[in-house]
Amino acid sequence: MNPSTYSYQLQTGKVRAEFFRLLPISLFVVAFGAAFGLAAVQKGLEPLQALLMSFTVFAGASQFAAVDMWGSEVSLIPLIAVVFAINSRHLLMGASLYPMLRDMPPGRRYGLLLFLTDANWAVSAQDYQNGKRNLEVILGGGLVIWIAWIIGTWLGVYFGGLLQDPKSLGLDMVLGCFLLAMALGGNKSPRTLVAWTVAAISSLAAWKWLPPNTHVVVGALAGGAIGFFWLEKKADDEDRVGVEEETST
Amino acid sequence: MTIETTTAGILALIAIMTVVTVITRFGGVFLMSFVTINPRIESFINTMASSVLIAIIVPMAFSGDAGSLAALVVTAVIMLAIKKPLPAIAAGIAAAGLVRYAGITSL
Repeated sequence: MNPSTYSYQLQTGKVRAEFFRLLPISLFVVAFGAAFGLAAVQKGLEPLQALLMSFTVFAGASQFAAVDMWGSEVSLIPLIAVVFAINSRHLLMGASLYPMLRDMPPGRRYGLLLFLTDANWAVSAQDYQNGKRNLEVILGGGLVIWIAWIIGTWLGVYFGGLLQDPKSLGLDMVLGCFLLAMALGGNKSPRTLVAWTVAAISSLAAWKWLPPNTHVVVGALAGGAIGFFWLEKKADDEDRVGVEEETST
Repeated sequence: MTIETTTAGILALIAIMTVVTVITRFGGVFLMSFVTINPRIESFINTMASSVLIAIIVPMAFSGDAGSLAALVVTAVIMLAIKKPLPAIAAGIAAAGLVRYAGITSL
C-alpha cells in the first residue's frame, strides 16, 4: 500500500491501453475536426488560427457555435455566454469524477481535466458505475481524441474542399450513438430509469422553452435530484427502497 | 462590447474561449472540493452522471431528422440486445446513412 495521502496512481500501461481503446472513435473525431476546419476557414479564420483554436479550446460543439458568430467583429458577451453554456456540461462531468479525482494530487487532478471531453468521460463514468475506477481513460482516451481533433482540423482547413458531406454517411451521429451505447451499458436500476425519464423530460422542456444550450445541465441536474432524494439501499433491506425526504440530519 | 477580427483580435478571442472552457473543465471539481461526500451526495453524483448522457441524447433525437432518430433507435436496440458498444454504434451510423440515402427526412 502506498503511504501517500493520494492513493490514486495512474498506471502507464493502462493509459496506453485506453489510448488504443478510443482510437476507433477518434477516427470519427477526425471527420468532425475536418468539418470544423472547413467551417472555420469559410468564416474567415486563417488555417493556423483554426488549428490554434482546436489545440487550446478542444471542445467541438462550442467551437462550431463560436465560428458561427464570426464576422468582421465578434460580440464578446454573447460569445462567452454561448461557449460557457455549451461547455457547462463539463462542470457536471468533472464533478462526477470527483470521488476518484480527490485521491490524486491537485496538480495532476487539474492537469487530467484539461483532457476532459464527452467520449472519454462517458467511458470513465460507465466504468465507475460498474465499480471500476478508471481515470486512465481520461488521459489516454483524451489524448487520442485531442490529437484526432487537431489532425481533423488540419485536414479541414487545407483539404476541406475534398470533404464529402459527412452527414450523408451518418458521421454526425457518431458521438450521439457512442454516448447512448455508454448510457445503456451502465446499471439500470429502477431508480436510474426514473432519473432518466425525469432527465429526458426536463431536457426536452428546457430545449423547448429555456434559453438555447441550457438543456444538458437542466436535464442532468433534474436526473441527479432523483438520486439525491432516492437513496439506493443495500440489498438486505431492498423492500424499504422508496422516495425518502429529510431522513438525514 | 465587440472585438474586431484582426490577427490580434482573433488571438484574443481564442484565448477568451480557452479560458471559459478551462473554467468549465475545472469548475465542477473545484466546487466539489468544498463538499463533503456523503452517501446522498454520492447518489446524486451517480444519477446525475448518467442523466448527462440522456440529457444530451434525447433532445438530439427530437431535433434531428429521421436519420438521427434511426441511428439512436438502432444503437439502443442492438446495445440492449448484445451489450457490445462497437457493433451497436456501427449499426446506428449505418442506419442514419441508409435512411438518408433512401431520402426519408421525417417519420
